[in-house]
Amino acid sequence: MGSVVTMSTEMLTAVPRSVLDARPEHSADSPVSVHAMTVAYHRKPVLWDVDYDAPNNKLIAIVGPNGAGKSTLIKACLGLVPRASGQVEFWGRPYKQMRARIGYVPQRESVDWDFPVSALDVVCMGRYRMVGWCRPVTKKHKHAALQCLDRVGMREYADRQISQLSGGQQQRVFLARALAQEADLYFMDEPFAGVDAATERAIVDVLRELKSSGGTVICVHHDVQTVREYFDHALLLNMRVVAAGPVDDVVTNANLHKTYGGRLTLLAEAAEAVARAGDGR
Amino acid sequence: MSSAPSSITNVTDEWPGWSQIFETLTFQAGFNTNLVIVGTSLLGIAAGIVGVFALLRKRALMSDALSHATLPGIGLAYLTVTALGGSARSLPVLLTGATITGVLGVVCIQLLLRHTRLREDASIGIVLSVFFGVGIVLLSVIQSMQTGTAAGLNRFIYGQTAAMSMSDAVLMGAIAMLAVAATVALLKEFALVCFNDAFATVDGWPVSFIDLLMMALVVLVTVAGLQAVGLILVVAMLIIPAVSARFWTQRLWVLVVLAALIGGASGYCGSVMSALLPRKPAGSVIVLTSGVLFAVSMVCAPQRGVIAMSIRQLRVRLRIAGEHLVEAAYEYELEHDAALQRDILRAVARRRAWPAWLGSVIVWWARQRGLIRGDSGGAIALTDAGRRDGARISRNHYLWEQYLISYADIAPSHVDWSVDQVEHVLSDALIDELEAALRKRGVEIPQFQAVRT
Repeated sequence: MGSVVTMSTEMLTAVPRSVLDARPEHSADSPVSVHAMTVAYHRKPVLWDVDYDAPNNKLIAIVGPNGAGKSTLIKACLGLVPRASGQVEFWGRPYKQMRARIGYVPQRESVDWDFPVSALDVVCMGRYRMVGWCRPVTKKHKHAALQCLDRVGMREYADRQISQLSGGQQQRVFLARALAQEADLYFMDEPFAGVDAATERAIVDVLRELKSSGGTVICVHHDVQTVREYFDHALLLNMRVVAAGPVDDVVTNANLHKTYGGRLTLLAEAAEAVARAGDGR
Repeated sequence: MSSAPSSITNVTDEWPGWSQIFETLTFQAGFNTNLVIVGTSLLGIAAGIVGVFALLRKRALMSDALSHATLPGIGLAYLTVTALGGSARSLPVLLTGATITGVLGVVCIQLLLRHTRLREDASIGIVLSVFFGVGIVLLSVIQSMQTGTAAGLNRFIYGQTAAMSMSDAVLMGAIAMLAVAATVALLKEFALVCFNDAFATVDGWPVSFIDLLMMALVVLVTVAGLQAVGLILVVAMLIIPAVSARFWTQRLWVLVVLAALIGGASGYCGSVMSALLPRKPAGSVIVLTSGVLFAVSMVCAPQRGVIAMSIRQLRVRLRIAGEHLVEAAYEYELEHDAALQRDILRAVARRRAWPAWLGSVIVWWARQRGLIRGDSGGAIALTDAGRRDGARISRNHYLWEQYLISYADIAPSHVDWSVDQVEHVLSDALIDELEAALRKRGVEIPQFQAVRT
């Protein structure tokens, strides 16, 4: 737990401006570089001072226990939750300029699947940006969406109402929608959570396909067992970056112990204290 | 049922004659009545369409708060205009006031949500009641201030279609057209934001702006509906058509069209009825009409209706019970080389806790499907098809039981119930997976023969 203590003392003392300035410029090769990012929900910090440069054209897993801020990291990168501090750059530029090159698979449970649309309709949503305002989805885009369904093995379910799909099939529809975005960098939030074996295989195939066509994928992943098998790089996260790098170097027992350490880390306790102070408790 | 004048009391309405009903239905009942009917039908169409998105965005209660929050605006607008010496009954002025406080109410809910730990239901409850309370106080102040002219403001609470003028009907028409046009143009944007706003944000759509457009349509319909149905019931015109239509379809554009039709029909029927029965306020009759349409939809809709769902559940239950019967007969036959006797069937029924009627229904079901022979006296003699089914189910039972015991560490005595449910729903793919998993553990899978030895 030694490093945890060092991290938090470093955080609690003010970092001199000069240190921040001295950090090397993020390279334009990195599809996403996170710089000194802190995120708080209702004043309770959930991510502390995250620094991370994602390598290009790799499959990257974000691994960590519940409440470690894995989803929050993705959401903060994409601007879905406000950052308390820090910056995120995509290929060295702000998000707004590079949006067309970024795809997103949200958590499956984040939407109400009893929505009156078919699987194909959902995948077409990935093309809306290309279709533009106030225009109907053309044949061309529908065809592209169908091909994306095909890539996840869901073509015959195109006309199925989404509430009639199994959890794994719903997950594949979400993946197909992201494919329809035709992005270079994909953020996926727990795509492997609660899916059947067929879906797991389909997702793994798609990930490899994306990699071989030059893409980068950043996945929130809950299953430590399969990280080495499915991913090239890993980012071990527990409110801060515990370790990051190639899976073989990073996914070690020592690092996992640090990430999943049983009791509350000092960071979590400090976060609780900040939240309590805000409440006046 | 006659149109004879009531002699004993005058409290009841006179029931209109058939010719009168026909005239009203076919727009022959005079200009003013037609105006009301057309106006409320158009309002119903607009509210139906807009309501679909309020429903899908889960803003149904929010629209209720919005409509209640319009009341103080009406009071304030009246007071302001009177103080300035203007015509206090001018409808545009009153509705402007209504819009302002209505929107303010929604803003208050958002502020409460953002800056306190209150949940949405509590925030809505507070804003709705406080704004409405302020409105009632203002109205009573106005009433005590100037008796006579002020009494008219009550019509915004319960609605009063009879007060509808030509310009009101034109306004309803304009709003209906706007709602249709906005929906046709922005259907995919609205759907995207309603289904998955986070994805829309990442994809670069201005979600707040699209939300604002949807909310503006709700405000528009609400304010337009104030005079006709009143602020208490206007939310029903938004929500009931959309909810009713949802029972009938799984397609978004069909949902929009159906909700418009149901809303329009409720507006039409409601205002016709209220024209025929002058004591009945149109607002409540409209809402009751859509309530009836809702009840019919809920009960009768082919996929999601209550009847359809009960039939589906009954069918599954019957199939499972029938399969249990066949399974029991198959296993009995293997063991005793004889057909299952009635008294043993009774034991099966007791173990499965079947109600008394189910036993004979199941035997009938199995006979209909050719699983058991009809001519075997009291016994349950399997046909070849029945034996195949029995073998399959018996095998599924065995596979799942073994899986639970060897993989999930569940004690053999505890697996019965779950096995009895699962054995009927295993797909071929799942069975393959089960077999593979069991072989990996070295569990032997015996033959379940479908032919009689």
